[in-house]
Amino acid sequence: MAKVPVQFTLNGSEKAEFIESGTTLLNALRDKIGDTSPKGGCHQGTCGACSVIIDGELRLSCLTLAETCNGADIKTTAGLAEGGVLHPLQRAFLDAFATQCGFCTPGMIMAAKVLLDRTPNPSRDDVVEALSGNICRCTGYEPIIQAVLTAARANSQNAA
Amino acid sequence: MSLALQTFSTVKDANAALRAAGTRYLGGGTLVVRAANEGDVSVSSLVRVTDPGLSRIAVSSGKARLGASVTMAAIARHPELAALAPAARAIGGPAIRNMATVGGNLFAPAPYGDFAVALLALDATVVTEDGETPIEAFLAGRDTSRAIVTGVGFALPMAKSFRFLKVSRVKPKGVSVLSIAALLELAADDTVASARIALGCMADRPIRATAAEKALLGCTLTPREIAPALAAAPQGTAPITDPIASAWYRAEVLPVHLGRLLLS
Repeated sequence: MAKVPVQFTLNGSEKAEFIESGTTLLNALRDKIGDTSPKGGCHQGTCGACSVIIDGELRLSCLTLAETCNGADIKTTAGLAEGGVLHPLQRAFLDAFATQCGFCTPGMIMAAKVLLDRTPNPSRDDVVEALSGNICRCTGYEPIIQAVLTAARANSQNAA
Repeated sequence: MSLALQTFSTVKDANAALRAAGTRYLGGGTLVVRAANEGDVSVSSLVRVTDPGLSRIAVSSGKARLGASVTMAAIARHPELAALAPAARAIGGPAIRNMATVGGNLFAPAPYGDFAVALLALDATVVTEDGETPIEAFLAGRDTSRAIVTGVGFALPMAKSFRFLKVSRVKPKGVSVLSIAALLELAADDTVASARIALGCMADRPIRATAAEKALLGCTLTPREIAPALAAAPQGTAPITDPIASAWYRAEVLPVHLGRLLLS
């Protein structure tokens, strides 16, 4: 199988790789580039563990072919912390015990980040809707919802 | 996975490439990449088209034309497609809605394809390079259809004449037990002058509830008058059985949910 070049921005850094045609973005990120923050759960578009942000929109990296991302701006949970300081969402997930096994967490945080970027003061229903494509089998969701609401409050206090 | 992806700037060139055996069209990826991930070895090559016209939404003179690559998210946020927003929002979670396309939904097997149910109730036409096909005929022949769908067209429904309901066990989002879309025109005396009702999950693809449509004509939307239409609703259906629900269950609950939709 011929290899094809792909080039995109990942968490602010330019990345260029040769990949096999038909490689999913999830596999390219994890196996070629070494960003293992997106998780491969179902590979069917059901669990949301592979969620990443492509050009500002939440997408599933397991159903996205890497070749279709040429020139794109891709963000993953691995790029959220700055200088060793956790992003408010990461901090809130830790503080609220919103992570147990942790497998769904990067996808949850990506979904929550898109929500807070567009809706800085979301209602509880907004949070539930934003996370509706992400499955967690540990927490029962309530700590996750509370963590996102807490992060939103922390953001708005910092902005004030 | 070994999949060869070919990218074309025009539908014409992609249609030619699509004739090769084992080749499928890549839209949002939620069907075909999912199939490949699942181990469907019949998919060996993918083609896609980058023509921006496929992502265009055009609304004028009461008619809408949606390019095949228009996503569910784009429909849900479009101010002039508010009537269709509930159907678009019923598809998946936010990430799926950013990817899943109008064209792909026409091919989604039950229990998926809820947006195609809405399009069937709206009597949409499906556009390919070969021309326009009524959606009912298109859905019937979709297994052998090879021409790339470029868009769909339909008359925008009047406010309140279009109703959509998706029933799922998981809240707020889950796979369909069934979905129902209804386009109803009421006469001046509030009786049903015309009815077009489409059902999802009541066959392997969206179908019309023609017996219920006929039984509704001349009725007012009251529990007593719609009862014969509800009793007739399962006629001609062949519901799917899957982990969400059995065929028996779907047939049993269809009249209940159709009643709720008509009385809402």
